[in-house]
Amino acid sequence: MCGIVGLFLKDKSLEPELGAMLSKMLGVMCDRGPDSAGFAIYGAGSSGMVKLTLRATATTDFAALAGQVETALGRKITHITRDTHSIFSVPAEHEADVRLTLARVAPEITVVGLGARMELYKEVGLPTAVARRFQLETMAGTHGIGHTRMATESAVTTNGAHPFSTGLDQCLVHNGSLSNHRGVRRVLEQEGLRLTTDNDSEVAAAYLTSRMHKGDTLGAALTHSLDDLDGFYTFVVGTETGFGVLRDPIACKPAVMAETGRYVAFGSEYRVLVDLPGIETAKIWEPEPAKVYFWDHAA
Amino acid sequence: MNSRFENICTFDLANATVRQLNQALHDLKSGTGETHWKILNCRGLHSVAVGLNVPIVVEVDGNVGYYCGGMNQHASIIVSGNAGVGVAENMMSGLMHIKGDASQAAGATAQGGMLIIDGNASARCGISMKGIDIIVKGSIGHMSAFMAQAGTLTVLGDAGESLGDSIYEARLYVRGSVASLGSDCIEKQVRDEHQAQIFEKLKAAGMAGEVDVCEFKRYGSARNLYHFHVDNASSY
Repeated sequence: MCGIVGLFLKDKSLEPELGAMLSKMLGVMCDRGPDSAGFAIYGAGSSGMVKLTLRATATTDFAALAGQVETALGRKITHITRDTHSIFSVPAEHEADVRLTLARVAPEITVVGLGARMELYKEVGLPTAVARRFQLETMAGTHGIGHTRMATESAVTTNGAHPFSTGLDQCLVHNGSLSNHRGVRRVLEQEGLRLTTDNDSEVAAAYLTSRMHKGDTLGAALTHSLDDLDGFYTFVVGTETGFGVLRDPIACKPAVMAETGRYVAFGSEYRVLVDLPGIETAKIWEPEPAKVYFWDHAA
Repeated sequence: MNSRFENICTFDLANATVRQLNQALHDLKSGTGETHWKILNCRGLHSVAVGLNVPIVVEVDGNVGYYCGGMNQHASIIVSGNAGVGVAENMMSGLMHIKGDASQAAGATAQGGMLIIDGNASARCGISMKGIDIIVKGSIGHMSAFMAQAGTLTVLGDAGESLGDSIYEARLYVRGSVASLGSDCIEKQVRDEHQAQIFEKLKAAGMAGEVDVCEFKRYGSARNLYHFHVDNASSY
């Protein structure tokens, strides 16, 4: 099954509420995916800095780890820890050094996402509990996507939870299952992309990353995926400024969208959308099969 | 039941469960005086007003989730908003009227009664229909009337890809364009009896005279896939 939620804000005054709105939406999707949950939030960024989302065990001392990174870099960094995840904000030019340091001093740490603005959190557990652990309701941002997982193609692990991020500020959530992901994975690996799990959805994320790396817009990358990805899918995708939706031509997996002057929202079911402001008068529609939808904030 | 006013029973799902609602509706006996119900605050909930078996009128306020009105017998169910997957699934008799859009598999496997959709219906509308009359004022999605067996599907707008794939019987009347026909589905001549049937169905839906019955084309089964024949192996 799986559940997807997504919210792309047009009205800046809603930005402080993004996490609260998304958290409620995610909670409604518990019954479509009680195994694990995750979300990506596009929050504030600062010029020249990137945010690494790190994941470790709950007992990890992220403050000590940040200290070790500071020693290696010879400068201060900021970090914010939420449960098993910590966001390290580092100068973009030092990102590679930070990764090397982390690999040396704390090889058990996983870097789950990298972005100028994106932060990415995911864990095994009931979606409401996962959202609470990471204090999703307190987060602000311009857009965010979330996923509740009922595992089919790979094990119930944090690595198998969505979203998947395979490029700077890029992430994807997926409801469905791909049938040609092994073949696509081989091609992507030959291109030099490194995938970290056996999950079919990570292949879809990496495919889009590869297309966008070659110069595609998000919309063009999604259009190409209709030719190259086979199977069942409803994708919701985030980039630093964009938000995209695509369903496969058969469109087995459910999707409903709402748009007002203030936001664009996605839910696997209409129930997800009922508490959004102005939903009574929103344009509500079911995204058509094999049709690419995307929205972009003027960069 | 939450309140009763001028013989209208109002049931508010903001402070009761769908299970309680359906139980209240199932408890009604034939000849009940509680013949007019209003259901409030559906908020996309699934399985609203399923399994009804008495001739009552149920007005459903707002958008509903999956399977609204499933297995209906005798009741008239009117939804003021959109309906999710499988609206009127396996309906036996009665009426369902959706004033917004319907999601996938509207009227699936339904054996009788009438389903009216004022907006569009998405994929697989009337899949495996077995006697229901479906009228869609907008357009329908792909794979509609897949394996349809009996009944009519009348569409004022367009039909998506693979209309009527593997159809057994059933009459498909489409006023607009058809993106493509599925296996063993062909266009057929529209004779007087078919135009009379379209008129009869539109009249039953309260739409007599709204559209010209001459504008519809008829699609149905070529009946080549009824029995296995090796030459058709690739079409099954």
